[in-house]
Amino acid sequence: MWFGLRAAAIGATSAVTLLVSAGGASAQGQITVYCSVQEEWCRPMVDAFEKETGIKVAMTRKSSGETYAQIKAEAANPKGDIWWGGTGDPHMQAAEEGLSEEYKSPAMAQLHDWAVRQWTQSKGRTVGIYSGALGFAYNTKQLAQKGLAAPKCWADLLSPKLKDEVQVADPNSSGTAYTLLATIVQIMGEDKGFDYLKALHKNINQYTKSGAAPAKATSLGETTVGITFMHDQVTMIVDGAPMKAVAPCEGTGYEIGSMSIIKGTKNLEGAKKWYDFALSAKAQAIGGQAKSFQVPSNKSTPIPPESPNLAEIKLIDFDFAKYGSSAERKRLLAKWDAEVKNLPK
Amino acid sequence: MKRSLATAVAGGWLAAGWVAFALLPWYWLDLSRGLQDFVDFPLGVGGSALALGVAGDRPWLLLLAFPLLLATLALVLPLARGPGGALLTLGGVLGGLYLLAQGFAIGLKGWDWGWLGAAFGGTPRQEGLGPGGTLLLLAFLLLTCQGLARRGWCRGDAFVVSAIGTVVALIALFVFFPVARVLAHAVIDPSGAFALAGFVARISDHSIWGLDCLAGPLRCGVAWNTLLLASLVGVGSTLLGLAFALVATRSNSRFKGVLRILSVLPIITPPFVIGLALILIFGRSGIASTLLAEWLDVPRSRWIYGLPGILLAQLLAFTPIAFMILIGVVQGISPALEEAATTLRAGRWTTFRTITFPLLRPGLANAFLVGFVESMADFGNPLVLGGNYDVLSTKIFFAVVGAAVDESRAAVLAIVLLSFTLLAFFVQQAWLGKKVYTTVAGKGDGGLPAPLPRRVALLAAAVVAPWSVFMISVYGIIMVGGFVKSLGRDYTPTLVHLSTAFRIDWGNHGLRFAGSAWDSFFATIQVAAVAAPLTAALGLLTGYLLTRQSFAGKRAFEFGTLLSFAIPGTVIGVSYIVAFNVPPFELTGTGLILVLCFVFRNMPVGVRAGVATLSQIDRSLDEASLTLGASSATTVRRVVMPLLRPALIAALVYSFVRAMTSVSAVIFLVSAKYNMATTYIVGRVEAGEFGLAIAYSATLIVVMLLAIVGIQLAVGERKLGRRAAPQPTGRTL
Repeated sequence: MWFGLRAAAIGATSAVTLLVSAGGASAQGQITVYCSVQEEWCRPMVDAFEKETGIKVAMTRKSSGETYAQIKAEAANPKGDIWWGGTGDPHMQAAEEGLSEEYKSPAMAQLHDWAVRQWTQSKGRTVGIYSGALGFAYNTKQLAQKGLAAPKCWADLLSPKLKDEVQVADPNSSGTAYTLLATIVQIMGEDKGFDYLKALHKNINQYTKSGAAPAKATSLGETTVGITFMHDQVTMIVDGAPMKAVAPCEGTGYEIGSMSIIKGTKNLEGAKKWYDFALSAKAQAIGGQAKSFQVPSNKSTPIPPESPNLAEIKLIDFDFAKYGSSAERKRLLAKWDAEVKNLPK
Repeated sequence: MKRSLATAVAGGWLAAGWVAFALLPWYWLDLSRGLQDFVDFPLGVGGSALALGVAGDRPWLLLLAFPLLLATLALVLPLARGPGGALLTLGGVLGGLYLLAQGFAIGLKGWDWGWLGAAFGGTPRQEGLGPGGTLLLLAFLLLTCQGLARRGWCRGDAFVVSAIGTVVALIALFVFFPVARVLAHAVIDPSGAFALAGFVARISDHSIWGLDCLAGPLRCGVAWNTLLLASLVGVGSTLLGLAFALVATRSNSRFKGVLRILSVLPIITPPFVIGLALILIFGRSGIASTLLAEWLDVPRSRWIYGLPGILLAQLLAFTPIAFMILIGVVQGISPALEEAATTLRAGRWTTFRTITFPLLRPGLANAFLVGFVESMADFGNPLVLGGNYDVLSTKIFFAVVGAAVDESRAAVLAIVLLSFTLLAFFVQQAWLGKKVYTTVAGKGDGGLPAPLPRRVALLAAAVVAPWSVFMISVYGIIMVGGFVKSLGRDYTPTLVHLSTAFRIDWGNHGLRFAGSAWDSFFATIQVAAVAAPLTAALGLLTGYLLTRQSFAGKRAFEFGTLLSFAIPGTVIGVSYIVAFNVPPFELTGTGLILVLCFVFRNMPVGVRAGVATLSQIDRSLDEASLTLGASSATTVRRVVMPLLRPALIAALVYSFVRAMTSVSAVIFLVSAKYNMATTYIVGRVEAGEFGLAIAYSATLIVVMLLAIVGIQLAVGERKLGRRAAPQPTGRTL
C-alpha cells in the first residue's frame, strides 16, 4: 500500500490546488462566454471585448450542439452568461425551451432583415450575428481526371458519372445536413424533394458525422464533390486547396449564426454588454480577419472580399420557424431515416 | 495491541467528525475571492455547521450532532464488542443518511422535495457541501465501517471493512448516482411522466436490432454492428498483445526495447490522429493507395471508411493495453512448472500448450474484456473512419448533441451498450471458471522460463514484425504531418503549426506563453498528474479486495467497478453535469470534476491489472505475513504492493495518458479555466486544421513518453527471485 498511500497523498495535496483555483464566473465584472465559432475567431473577439469594456471574460469553445446540451444540463444552476455563435437551430431550440433570456439591443436597427427575423421568430430570445449559404464544392483535379463538366445545379449532382463521388453529413448528427434536407424540401416540395434525395443517395459515398468534414475530404481528393456551407469551402480554398465553391442555380438555403443570453445568468448587465458589442460593426469585422468568411449581420460591417457574395447567390425564403421547430425536424429526420438512409445502392 | 489500534483509529475519525461539524467551513467556498468569505467566521459564507445551526438561519444542521453523540457514547462507554459496535454503526449510518438527505432536500432555491416543503413550509436555502460537510460525511462512513468490524464483519478486520466501505461509497457517488440520473430518461417521457410503453418501443427498435444485412445489401442494426466490431477488436487486440508480450519477454530478440516503445505509442496518441493518419495512408488519395494505383494498377477505393478502418484503428489503439496487462502475467508465470514439464520430457510445444497457455488464461480473459469494452466505448475512431458503419457510441453522442436531440434515445442506446458489457463480463467469468492460477509463491527459485516452441515463436514474430513496420509508418506520417504545410497536399516543411500552438514571447513583462495551446496544455498536465496516482491507488486497492477478501455481494461489487468503463464517455460527461451542477455536490467548472471523472473512468484498468497480477500470487505469502502478526494494512504495504509493481506501472501510465487523451467525457466538463488539450484538438480537426492538430498531438506524445519513462524509473521493476537466463548466444529472432 506504500506506493498507493504516498501516491494518494500527493494526489490529494495537488487536488487541493485544483479546488483553490476553481473560480466562480459570478464575480463582479466577469462574464462566461460559450463560444461556438472557430477558436481563431473566439480569442480576438474576447480580447477586443475586454479592451473595450474592462469586463473580464472566461471563454469556453464548444460546437453548438455540445453547448446546447450543456446549457440544457446546467439549466438548474446556469454556469454561463452568454452563448455566442454557432448555427441557428440549436439557438432556436433553446429559445423554444425557455433556456435563453429575452433582450432587445439598441443595435437592432443596424442589422440586416434576416438577423432581425431570427430575433422576431424566437420572440426576442436569439439574434442573428452572421449568415452563410449552403452550397457544394468540387475538387478540380478529380473532376479533370474524370473528364466531367463542372456541376452548377443541385440537379447536376444526380449524374450517374458522379456515382459514389458526393459526400454530405448525416442530418441526424449535423445541422448542416439538416439544412440541406430542409432546403431541398422547400425548393422542390416534399415528395419531389425526397425523390431527389433518394436519387442523390446513389451518388453519396459517405454520410459523415460532422457537417464541415466533406469540405476537408474534397480538398484532399477523398471525394469529388462535398456539400457544406460555402464559407467552410472558402477557408480551404484560401488555404490553397484545388477546389471550387458553387452556389447551386436552383437557389439554396442558408444558416443564421446566432447569439443568446443564457436564462438565469448571474451577470445580466455584463451579458448585455457583450450582446451589444457583438452586434457592432467593429466587433463583427474581427471575423474576416480570423479567416471566418461568413456574412456579418450588421449592415455597416465590411464584408470580407473572400466571402461568398450573398447578393449573387439565389437564396430561398427559408422558413426557420417551420423547419427549426422540433416537431417538424423529428418528422423529417424520421422520414429521411426510413426512406433514404437505408436504401440499397 | 490490535484492539487499541482500532480504537485509536475510530477515535481519530470521531475527532475529525467533531472538528468538521464545529470548526470547518461547512459550505462550498469560492476561494478565488480570497479570504473575504471568512470575515464573519464562524458565521457567514465560510461558517461551520454548529455556528450556522445555533446562530444562523440553518437550524437543520444542528441535528447532525445527535449521531455524532451516539458514536461518541459507543467509543467512551465500556461496552462489550457487540453492542458497542452496533451503537457505533447506528451513529454512522444515521449521520450519513441524514447528512445526504438534508443536502438533497434543501437546495439552492429552497425545498427540492416538494412534500417536505409542504410539511415544514418556508424556503430554506443552502449551497453545496464544502470542507466541513465532506469531511463529516467521510467520518460517518468510516465510523460505520469501524462499527461493522467490531460486530465481526470480515473477521473483525477494520482495515478491510473500511477499504470496502470507501470504495463502495465512492463508486456509488461517482458512478451509480450520476449514471442513474441520466438513464432514468429511458423510462421517463419528455413531460416527466413514467412511460414504460415508450421504453419498450424504443429499445426494440428496428434501427437497433435489424438484421437486414444478412439478407441483402441493406444495413444491420447498430447493436449488431457494435457487437461485431467489439468482438473482433477484443480477440484481435488480445492475440496481438500476446504476440508482443511473448516476443518481449520470452525471446532473445534484439528489438525488445523497440517493441516496448512501439507497443506504448498508440496508447499515448491523442484521438483522431490515428484515424487521420490511416486516411492519409489508405484513403482514396492516400500514399499507399497512390503507389498501388500507379505501380500495380490497383483501383483506388474507399475500403478504409467503415468496419475495416475502425477495426484497424482500434487494434492500433488497444493492442498496447492488452500488451500491458499480458506482459505482467507472462512474466509472472512460474518457470518451475514449465521446467517440470520439460523434465518430464514434454516437448516445447506440449509445455506451451499444457502449461504456459492455460496459465495465461486470466491475462487473456482480462485483456479481451478490456479490449471489448474499450472498443464499444471508443468514439474518436468511429467518428473519423466510420463511413456509413454506425456504432452505439457515436449514435449516443449525436442523440445528445446532434440535430435531433433525444435524451430518451440516448439513454436506451446506453442501456443496450451496458447490457453488452454485462454479457462480456459473465462470459469472461464463465471461461475462467473456478480454476487456480497461482504461480508466484513464497517457495523461492522457480527455474528457467522455457523457450517458446518454434512454431509459436515464428508465429509471434510473423505477427509482430509487419505490425511494427505498419505502426512505424503510421507514426512517421504523424510526426511529419505536424511539420509540413498541409498534410496530403503540400509537403513543404514548416514550423508554423508548432509556433501557432506553442509560441513563447519575450515581452516587457518577461516570459509570455503566447501560443494558443499553452492554457489547455498546462491544465491537461495538471489534471492528468493529479488523476493518475489516485486512479492507481483506488484501482489496485479494489483489485486487492476482489482477489484477497471474500465478502457478500463481491460479484456485484466487481461489476460495479467495471461499469464506468463501459459507459460511453458522452453519457458520463452529461451525467456528471446533471448530477454535480447543483448541491449537495456542486463541482462543475472546477478542475476537480475532471479529476474525478478520469479517476472513476480509468479505475477499471487498475482493477483489471491488479486482479490479473494478484491471481498469480500465492495467498500463502499474505498468510505468512498475517501469521507473523502483521496487520492487513502492513501486509498490503510490505508484501503485496512490491509484487504488484507491473500492475502499478500499468495503472499509473494508463490513467495518466488516458487523462491526456480522452475526449467524449470531458467535452462537457471543460471550463474556461480548465480546458483540455483534446477538446482543443477536436476543435482544430473540426475546422479542418489537421496540421495544427497533429503538431499539438506530436508534442503531447513526446510529453507522455517522458512521463512513462519517469513512472517506470520511479516505481522500479519487480524482483521475483528467479535465475537469469543465460546470455543470448547470438541467435536472434
